[in-house]
Amino acid sequence: MSLDPQRRWRRRLLLAPTTLTLLLFMLLPMLLMAWMSVLAPDTYGGVRWHEWSLDAYVQFLYERDLDDSLTLNSDYLQIFGRSFLLAGFATVVTLLIGFPTALYIALKEETTRQRLILLISIPFWTNLLVRTYAWMLLLRNGGLIDSSLSWLGLSQGALDVLYTPTAVAIGFVYSFLPFMVLPIYTSLEKMDWRLVEAAFDLGANRWQALRRVILPLAMPGIVAGCLLVFIPAIGSYYIPELLGGGKSLMIGNLIQNQFGTARNWPFGAALSFMLLALVLLAMWVYTRRFQRPPGE
Amino acid sequence: MQASNTLWRFRGVTPTAMLAFVYLYLPIVVLVVLSFNANRIATLWTGFSFDWYLKVMDNDNILRATKNSLIIACGATLLATSFATMAALAMAGRRFRGQAFINAMLGLPLLVPEIVTAVASLLFFLALGLDLGLLTVLIAHTVFCIPFAYLPIRARLEGLDPRLAEAAADLYAGPFATFRRVTLPLILPGVLSGAMLAFIVSLDDFVITFFVAGAGATTLPVYIFGLIRMGITPEVNAVSALMLLVSIAFVALSYWMGQRKS
Repeated sequence: MSLDPQRRWRRRLLLAPTTLTLLLFMLLPMLLMAWMSVLAPDTYGGVRWHEWSLDAYVQFLYERDLDDSLTLNSDYLQIFGRSFLLAGFATVVTLLIGFPTALYIALKEETTRQRLILLISIPFWTNLLVRTYAWMLLLRNGGLIDSSLSWLGLSQGALDVLYTPTAVAIGFVYSFLPFMVLPIYTSLEKMDWRLVEAAFDLGANRWQALRRVILPLAMPGIVAGCLLVFIPAIGSYYIPELLGGGKSLMIGNLIQNQFGTARNWPFGAALSFMLLALVLLAMWVYTRRFQRPPGE
Repeated sequence: MQASNTLWRFRGVTPTAMLAFVYLYLPIVVLVVLSFNANRIATLWTGFSFDWYLKVMDNDNILRATKNSLIIACGATLLATSFATMAALAMAGRRFRGQAFINAMLGLPLLVPEIVTAVASLLFFLALGLDLGLLTVLIAHTVFCIPFAYLPIRARLEGLDPRLAEAAADLYAGPFATFRRVTLPLILPGVLSGAMLAFIVSLDDFVITFFVAGAGATTLPVYIFGLIRMGITPEVNAVSALMLLVSIAFVALSYWMGQRKS
């Protein structure tokens, strides 16, 4: 297709601000980060620009002893493992709550549906930091949950759940639940419900209709929802910081440490880069598996 | 339609959905209620009081942080929305080479974990020798606001009849006149909805701002984070409740704009 040059120039001009901003301030910083992860750290933060070093990646797995020999150190792997576990747990629980919720909304009348979706979207857009803080009020000893449980006679002594991994998990499920409901709802809404009717007509019971018809058709939404929960959860910084206290350190806290007290920029860059690689891998698997080429 | 048939009632769906709604709103309600608590001990209800809000209004640090937040949110919204509108117009035309790449780049700020963007931006600004402050925050916010502004505008353009712009061109309207008199009025709800989302996303951002703000450009969420780390107090309840109400108002407004048919 040939376009007259004038229109082509107009298009370039229209695209220039967005493209340049994203290239300069998103893509270039990512590349710089990857580069800095293979440089040597300077003593008080910063990097030595002309000194290549793979130390940041070596440090991830090994500890350097005084005599310069390397011993395996699983501390950082454990932090990655814990982050994976917590994010995975949050994904499973949000799916278990989110799918029935999306189904409930999808089966309602048009006007009710729109209102319910607005109800789900409001927390989606409201300040996550403040919503996390609200959980500190609820979970702390002497807080609402603690005092109602002891008032009901269901617990002895303090609840002691704030500043534990459990609190972090609760915070994740709460924060990311709308991220699961919205994409699942979108795929359920687009679904041809006559297929489910046909299944019922052919004698399927509810469970069979759900498992054999609704679930497979909702799969793209389910997978998108899982990614939308898993990605922010695994890189989360302030939810584990506020609800987990110092005890349940996750990747995000470890990264932040490298720019705060630890002052090891290359290690921080390497950790961020590894986190990014994990996320891109998950995305790649997703697009390979579930994104059909257009027109199919 | 389906609700009339009992076959459509899946067991456990209604209770789970109810639980989800309670779970989503209980903490918000508790926070707002406790912000009106007269008691100094922030979680025990003793009586109604407006004091904490007055204290917040009287706190210079909070006011300064709010001012920073508003300056950055307005600036980032203006830049991101104009950039995104231009890009959406170009992307809505005929397909061209490089379109997939631009699409992928627009998705990048949504896809990459916030902390990675934060680290990359911080390292980039420091490597450039830029002082961390309002400018660096404004740049970083504009970047992640662009996709949020872009999506509703793009969606609005998708539903637009291209023949309208063609008709304007046939009637000798130049490209700019066509845009101002035909296209812009038609996509305005999308543009406003995008601008509002960009504004709220900028106002709410914590992680990226926390990394690139430096000492001079503390925004409201960064300031609140500092307060929370020092302890739970009624002032934090009040300022958090205000923050929540502002977000909720904006989302509702943006929703209403998006719903309105032109």
